[in-house]
Amino acid sequence: MPEPRLLIVDDEKIVRESLTHWFEEEGYIIESAENGNEALKIFEQDKFDLALVDMKMPGMTGLELLKKIKEIDEDCFVILITAFASVPTAIQALKDGAYDYVTKPVDPDELEHLVKNALESRALKFENKQLKKRIDNFIIPENLIGESPQMNKIFEMIKTVSETDSTVMIRGESGTGKELIAKAIHQNSKRKYFPIITVNCGALPESLLESELFGHEKGSFTGAHFRRKGKFELANGGSIFLDEIGTVSPKTQVELLRVIETKKFYRVGGNEMVESDFRIITATNESLEQLIDEGKFRKDLYYRLNVLTITIPPLRERTSDIPILMNHFIKKYTELMNKDIKGITDEAYHFLMKYEWPGNVRELENTIERAIVIGKGDFIEIDDLNMSCESNNMKINGTIAEENGNSLNDMEKRYILKVLNDNNWNISKSAEILEIERVTLYNKINKYDLRKNK
Amino acid sequence: MVLNIIPLKFSNDSLLKKLIFRLSVLFDDIRISYTLIDIEKSYSDQRKQYHSTVILESVIKSNPDMEGNVLILTEMDLFVPVLTHVFGEAQLNGKFSIVSVCRLYEEFYTSESDSRLVSDRSYKEILHELGHNFGLVHCKDWECVMHVSNSVEEIDIKGNYYCVSCQKNFRRK
Repeated sequence: MPEPRLLIVDDEKIVRESLTHWFEEEGYIIESAENGNEALKIFEQDKFDLALVDMKMPGMTGLELLKKIKEIDEDCFVILITAFASVPTAIQALKDGAYDYVTKPVDPDELEHLVKNALESRALKFENKQLKKRIDNFIIPENLIGESPQMNKIFEMIKTVSETDSTVMIRGESGTGKELIAKAIHQNSKRKYFPIITVNCGALPESLLESELFGHEKGSFTGAHFRRKGKFELANGGSIFLDEIGTVSPKTQVELLRVIETKKFYRVGGNEMVESDFRIITATNESLEQLIDEGKFRKDLYYRLNVLTITIPPLRERTSDIPILMNHFIKKYTELMNKDIKGITDEAYHFLMKYEWPGNVRELENTIERAIVIGKGDFIEIDDLNMSCESNNMKINGTIAEENGNSLNDMEKRYILKVLNDNNWNISKSAEILEIERVTLYNKINKYDLRKNK
Repeated sequence: MVLNIIPLKFSNDSLLKKLIFRLSVLFDDIRISYTLIDIEKSYSDQRKQYHSTVILESVIKSNPDMEGNVLILTEMDLFVPVLTHVFGEAQLNGKFSIVSVCRLYEEFYTSESDSRLVSDRSYKEILHELGHNFGLVHCKDWECVMHVSNSVEEIDIKGNYYCVSCQKNFRRK
């Protein structure tokens, strides 16, 4: 750690020299100035940990200098030295940001401890700032996963919008992770020390949504036994995430518009105006433009909400993220269920890579979770995926056609293997289902080198 | 290595002898010198104390070419402006220093006399001020003689030697 730097400001040469000498023996680096103006000149060129300032100096007083020092460098600690203790002056000094004040002559022990404590406090304050800065670095939540160019672009956007306080609209199909994006924006914003309140507008009937958002007074409606704070009130200082904003009724849309504009509202059944400072993040998987055309969504509210937009691509448009997502969910659920599943078979892997994923990441997660629940082997197999036959067959066909260009043979191989597996390699039963002779089935097994999974 | 001791308003011969004996371990040549300076100009009527820096400056001025280190030993109560008192003062990386035994006497605090204690305290403070002459600054080691002591209790706690770290930094002039 570098030696502490002290600035001594006193109009008496003898005092400057005494203090300089005294602190030089401590190994500190000392500069001195005989008045406020000289001190400020030194301050502009150099940085100091601590300034010892005489209260009474011709020209600029110690208190005036204290204010100016704090304007230049708020991190510099200032100790004022006064000949006569005066309580009002001392109070004023502390109010103006002085670390402490001492009365001349000061006991060397007292001065030594005061200076050491000030330097320690400053070091702690600096350390705290550094730690906070580290925390303030951009954080991508660990469950927001993706390395595709599309996701990297999303991360960039999160970073950009986090730095502002503007309203954000997150768009994307169901299951793409809109809520995770909203949380990431909040966690990286200056509002992170306050809560993010999530309201799923689509999950609540209109009558309840109003009370949920704005709160209600006791007795305002049947069942309102106590006064309750609404989500906007709870989000004070933080963010409010309104999911499925497209489902909000025209009446509530009007209320929302007013709240967004004024940040003031009344609780349901209340007369007291409530003020709240929040940032709005909304999400929708609907086309709000279409809803506007149909007269179901207010245009003015749309413009208010659609200041910054983040559109999350569906999973099928960022298939390069599927393997990393698969691994993440396999790890998550094997740990959660205490299972020893090592991975996924090639067959199941290729299936998942080619599947359309209409339910996006949520569907992929559910699929993996289910496979881990029902899977018995070391690896997740295609049968563990338990997806609908229709989509399964459709995609298998597609996969074979795209991958090999020898679709008939591969499809036959895959189909025979599936039937054999489904029937626990009972040849007679499998042959019966396949409507072929047992000998033919044996020939096919040899031809395709099919083996029973251990 | 030469050490000049200048007794200034210092009457305790027995203490002086003890200190010379102890310091002879460190210095091969210890000389007692005298100087004529006007100490009254260092006296503060208001504080009833002597300003150590003024005394040091006067001695330096009248003995600029004195060989070796120069230690002024006094029984006057010393101060520097801002501080209530000092036990001593030294030139950092210089050769002049001053040590006052006034507040090292146990009588100053308890009215009980303890010659061994005053000798120990004085020896430590002399080593401390000489350490500054040799370029040492205050040490964080509580037992090192270069640890800052603002009270006799702290002087009593610390040892009468330079710690390993300070020994390394010791620059012989």
